[in-house]
Amino acid sequence: MAVIHKAISKASARTQADTAPMAGTKRRWPVVSFVIVNVLLLIGVLVEVLPYLYMAFSAFKSNSEIFGVPLTLWPRTWTFTNMVQLFDGFPVARWMLNTAIVAVVGTFLAVMLASLAGFAFAKHDFRFKTPLLFLMLATILLPSQVLLVPQFQIMRTLDWFNTYQGLIIPRAVTAFGIILMRQYTLSIPNELLDAARVDGATEFGIWWRVVVPLVRPGLAVLGILTFLGLWNDYFWPLIITTNPKMFVMNLGISSLIGPYDFRYGMLLSGALLASLPVILVFIFFQKQFVAGLTRGALK
Amino acid sequence: MATSTLGARLTAPLEPARTWWWRRQRKVSPYLFIAPFFLLFLVFGLYPIIYSFILSFTKGFGFENRTFVGLGNYIHLMSDPRFLMALRNTTIYALGSVVLIGGLSLLIALAINSRSVKWKTFYRTAFFFPVLTSEVVITVIAARILDEQFGLLNAALGWFGVGPFAWLTDPKLVMFAIVLIGLWTWTGINALYWMAGLNGIDEDFYEAAAIDGASSWQAFRHITMPLLRPIALFVVLQAIIGSYNLFALPFLLTNGGPSDASLTVTLYIYNQGFQFFNVGYASAIAYVMTFFLLIVSLVNIKVFRGRSAPGE
Repeated sequence: MAVIHKAISKASARTQADTAPMAGTKRRWPVVSFVIVNVLLLIGVLVEVLPYLYMAFSAFKSNSEIFGVPLTLWPRTWTFTNMVQLFDGFPVARWMLNTAIVAVVGTFLAVMLASLAGFAFAKHDFRFKTPLLFLMLATILLPSQVLLVPQFQIMRTLDWFNTYQGLIIPRAVTAFGIILMRQYTLSIPNELLDAARVDGATEFGIWWRVVVPLVRPGLAVLGILTFLGLWNDYFWPLIITTNPKMFVMNLGISSLIGPYDFRYGMLLSGALLASLPVILVFIFFQKQFVAGLTRGALK
Repeated sequence: MATSTLGARLTAPLEPARTWWWRRQRKVSPYLFIAPFFLLFLVFGLYPIIYSFILSFTKGFGFENRTFVGLGNYIHLMSDPRFLMALRNTTIYALGSVVLIGGLSLLIALAINSRSVKWKTFYRTAFFFPVLTSEVVITVIAARILDEQFGLLNAALGWFGVGPFAWLTDPKLVMFAIVLIGLWTWTGINALYWMAGLNGIDEDFYEAAAIDGASSWQAFRHITMPLLRPIALFVVLQAIIGSYNLFALPFLLTNGGPSDASLTVTLYIYNQGFQFFNVGYASAIAYVMTFFLLIVSLVNIKVFRGRSAPGE
């Protein structure tokens, strides 16, 4: 807290210096509003982030400390028992692997297929192009619940329960992704594509060697959004997996909620493991993350 | 690249000898490129839409031996107390989301965007942190925070001499608790949407207004608000559609209880379809919800596009 106070006073000193030449009564107000706005925002940040810090640190506390009084944030004594119990009792490594396979392969497929289709919609003429585009736009409005029951039946017919293809394929391409990639591809000049054609490149070659390198920022945005969605998904894995060996991380942890509530530290360890990879991805791609998340709002 | 191809164009014969395959692939490739999507869309999108529409007029256990009941499922729905309860709960959550999350996130965005704030990146990052985690992780944390006996929220309220409250076991409080969790999860990302909108507004508008002697409230009222309309539409629509998708939180935290007080529409669809295998009824609920959301979306678009904003 002391650090925060110091930072505020330092920064407010700067504001004061900035506004010092201004005349009369106006001089004090920026400082007051600065302090009020920042204190309120810091309280907001504290409320938003504290539960996650609590989760991260409590994963390393004993259950008696978690449920005990007084409440602690920083563990009084660090223990790895929770993690050990989690890995000993449940196929957590397998859950992590499953989640990684679904998220990575799913993201790769989604990005590549969306870019291919986006290229066709942006730069080619073909029959029924406009109606197909409208059909795609319409699917964005559709809530996923309408599709669930028949999708369940299709999975049964294909015998895809408890398989990776069942977890990945039905969600490999989204209309949103294609429309996003079409938007990025439209900005590539046609001359560039024609030049490649004169050089004898095939359409697939043009896509791979001209389009993909140029729409890389778009691929990053779509990739991050898809990865986030696949990693955090719960509903679809819940419906199509029954074998604990095929669970993804979220499903595995949720299966512990309830019967294992008394081992709360173990649940929190699982929650920490489930959220760590996304947080790491976020740290690596912070800029694209913000771009990706606000993209939808601006379009 | 550009120069070499220009050179190639000038020297090479205009239409070099192309193989049959090369000419063919130019015509065929667009279809090949969109084929994966439309193939998957046919199987996992279009077929389910039509099939669940048909299912919604039938009755029976599972997918076999179904009998046609006409509008029976839809009529039953209108007087099904559990469905009405789910609709009520979900609507409470949606209203709470739109008003609380929409309002609070706009305030936060305005605060972060104001001149008084220096560490904009820090705030932006900290506020949308919860969006990174899944509903399951949030449930695990929320269970600990909202617990009646050991919960952090009751402990914190206790310092002020308030409570304790039975957040998850009192039917009157449970939806409120879930709205609170939603507020905690989604406010940050919505603040980011508003900020994206605010940053898109041309500074010249404000300078012109300042020259005309407009107060900051007048500037907000007549410049910021109209120009934020598209973002407002997006924020409200997202909140509503997201609300009607609410599933994991009430499913894991309270399993729709106590006495259906936190049953949501999606949770009810799941119950009917995947636990009771009442697939016809589940489809009917899903269709009613789709229709309902479609109307809400159209009304929203009408409201927020009502008067066109300057510069639009």
